[in-house]
Amino acid sequence: MPLLEIRNLKTYFFTTKGIVKAVDDVSLSIERGETLGLAGESGCGKSTLAYSIIRLIPPPGKIVSGNIFFEGEDILRLSEEEFRTKIRMKKISMIFQGALHGLTPVYTVGYQLLEVFKYHSNIEESKAKEIIVDTVKLVGLDPSILKRYPHELSGGQKQRIMICMAILLKPPLVIADEPTTALDVIVQAQILNLLKELQAKFNISIILITHDLGIIAELADKIAIMYAGKIVEYGKSMDIYKDPLHPYTQKLIRSIPRLKEDVNKLEFIPGLPPDLRNPPSGCRFHPRCPFAMEICKRVEPELIEIKPNHYVACHLYGK
Amino acid sequence: MVNMENQIVTLINVKKYFQIRRGIWGTIRRLPILYAKAVDGVSLAIYEGETLALVGESGSGKTTLGRLILKLIDVTEGYIFFKDILVNSLKGEELKSYRRNVQIIFQDPYGTLDPRYTIGGALKEPLIIHKIAKSSTERMEIVSKILEEVKLVPPDEFMRRFPHQLSGGQRQRVAIAKALILNPKFIVADEPVSMLDVSIRAEILELMKSLKEKFNLTYLYITHDLSTARYIANRIAIMYLGKIVEIGPAGQVIDDPFHPYTQALIAAVPEPNPENKFRMRELKIIGEIPSSVFIPSGCRFHPRCPFAMEICKRVEPELIEIKPNHYVACHLYSGNKRYEDTINIPDKFSEIISIRSSKA
Ligand SMILES: Nc1ncnc2c1ncn2[C@@H]1O[C@H](COP(=O)(O)OP(=O)(O)OP(=O)(O)O)[C@@H](O)[C@H]1O
Ligand SMILES: Nc1ncnc2c1ncn2[C@@H]1O[C@H](COP(=O)(O)OP(=O)(O)OP(=O)(O)O)[C@@H](O)[C@H]1O
Ligand code: SF4
Ligand SMILES: [Mg+2]
Ligand SMILES: [Mg+2]
Repeated sequence: MPLLEIRNLKTYFFTTKGIVKAVDDVSLSIERGETLGLAGESGCGKSTLAYSIIRLIPPPGKIVSGNIFFEGEDILRLSEEEFRTKIRMKKISMIFQGALHGLTPVYTVGYQLLEVFKYHSNIEESKAKEIIVDTVKLVGLDPSILKRYPHELSGGQKQRIMICMAILLKPPLVIADEPTTALDVIVQAQILNLLKELQAKFNISIILITHDLGIIAELADKIAIMYAGKIVEYGKSMDIYKDPLHPYTQKLIRSIPRLKEDVNKLEFIPGLPPDLRNPPSGCRFHPRCPFAMEICKRVEPELIEIKPNHYVACHLYGK
Repeated sequence: MVNMENQIVTLINVKKYFQIRRGIWGTIRRLPILYAKAVDGVSLAIYEGETLALVGESGSGKTTLGRLILKLIDVTEGYIFFKDILVNSLKGEELKSYRRNVQIIFQDPYGTLDPRYTIGGALKEPLIIHKIAKSSTERMEIVSKILEEVKLVPPDEFMRRFPHQLSGGQRQRVAIAKALILNPKFIVADEPVSMLDVSIRAEILELMKSLKEKFNLTYLYITHDLSTARYIANRIAIMYLGKIVEIGPAGQVIDDPFHPYTQALIAAVPEPNPENKFRMRELKIIGEIPSSVFIPSGCRFHPRCPFAMEICKRVEPELIEIKPNHYVACHLYSGNKRYEDTINIPDKFSEIISIRSSKA
């Protein structure tokens, strides 16, 4: 049984200007200890997918249909109270995008970590404090930091605290939404090393969300490429980087300048990202695809297994 | 190719110190005045037709250096030349005409355009200020041409749009158009693609490259991203806490870095290679970049340097040549050719400024 299985999930935003189909029929699964990288351009629905899993979708968003099984149980059917006490933080936690500004400025770091126990667990305070000190050390910080206020911390220290918070109750699954985006490259590498260490030590599963394929390469076993609310390619990290099948994935990989190679010309994806209120017919990528055929405008391609464990949604492949 | 004869922009020992406000209590308690030494002694020659990338972590002083060159802020110390004009002392009409030659593209495609103006209106403004065209129709023609250059077609349609009706990439194209419309010679591009999606970045970089050839531009490309620096630049300068610690040909600085800081930066860059999953990044240096208010003595990198020696705490290393045109400021290396000595000072100023003796 996979640790997490998402089946045909649809999460839409019901805005006054129309329905934004941010997550539109997504299916994915993650085994225990496995890391899934989720990549795609800004606005394609990555964060919305994450919020759906942890059930914190901002209004006017709603899960329209689908199932999310965690250890076999459909967590979309739990009441909010059950979800908060049984699942959130304890089983699934999240490091939020832009969370560097997420700590409350008026409370000490230690106080804010203790709050997590108040809401999501009934461990007594002295035990909780012990766990906090251990976890702070685990993420490479000195416990004296607990007495300090968020504005006294550097960007790297703040991000370590956010990671500390996410693993405080030792959840088997952590969702990390752009965990290093605002950080400098050296601090970013330190944080990636930390995540690798935690992964190895506790066999944590991570859903790593980022638009940076360089960062995903550092951690992911599997990769899902998202485009306009849909998964267009899905497979083992090795296969996706070495042999990308979907034209979007191919372009995405070839648009990255390489540090150690002289590249004369970069490829890029022409045109604009689609409007999810009114996505293109057929294959949503067809207006920007260099290989688009007649059928692509009409028929939506399904995500099918082209090679063992390598799925792609594109009319170039199939049958 | 880059001609190392023609310096277009020259900086001689440029410093910019910002006073840190300590509030009323600071004044009453007579706390000492503190300064953020954002740029702390930079000498640099930028050659006509090249792209020089200025790379460094957040707070290293890149933006401040760019703003100094534009004379958006004044130097605390040192000299800046544009060809043989002393930028420091420009005022009034002279400054205005300098600003036609030197333009800046900012990082934030969302903040740089006034939401109340159409794209056409925003682009016409510099033409009016600088009295470029005689008539409104002539101005429209210039605007329309520049929009075509940055591939915002059809231009008539884009002219009528407001910034909120454009995507991030399109807004950055408008920013580029705005920088180009006065036919400048030199452009400071301050992180022009870092706020953009990866897939759009490549397109903007390509555009910048082709416009450079077409209009004979020189770029100072400011970034924290070494990969795009290698891609677009001829030379790379690495900045740390207000100083250049290494400068040389782009490929060489990345393939064969000398300064321990440059080496650390390069080792930290994540690359789209799935094999990287199976190794820890070797990070020899510790901690984070310190504040520019308290700059360490000697080599400013010494508290984080894995190779620091006794001398590093005391003596500030100078940029010296290690390989042809490749200079590094680090006591691990020795050489006799100082970078400063390779910089030409315009004749009429060479007497008042003699850097060669400034060290004495
Ligand atoms: N609260 C909201 N109300 C209406 N639409 C929303 C809301 N939040 C997100 N959306 C829309 O849903 C789509 C997906 O947004 P989401 O934040 O999931 O994208 P993302 O892939 O995480 O992007 P990024 O890389 O920029 O973080 C976008 O089109 C966005 O405009
Ligand atoms: N107006 C100002 N007043 C006080 N300090 C300033 C001012 N502008 C910049 N600084 C300080 O000068 C240092 C250099 O800032 P600068 O913006 O030039 O860095 P940067 O290399 O462009 O960084 P980033 O990559 O974050 O854009 C920083 O420590 C900054 O806090
Ligand atoms: S001068 Fe010394 S401290 Fe500075 S980088 Fe070189 S070895 Fe390290
Ligand atoms: Mg997001
Ligand atoms: Mg800056």
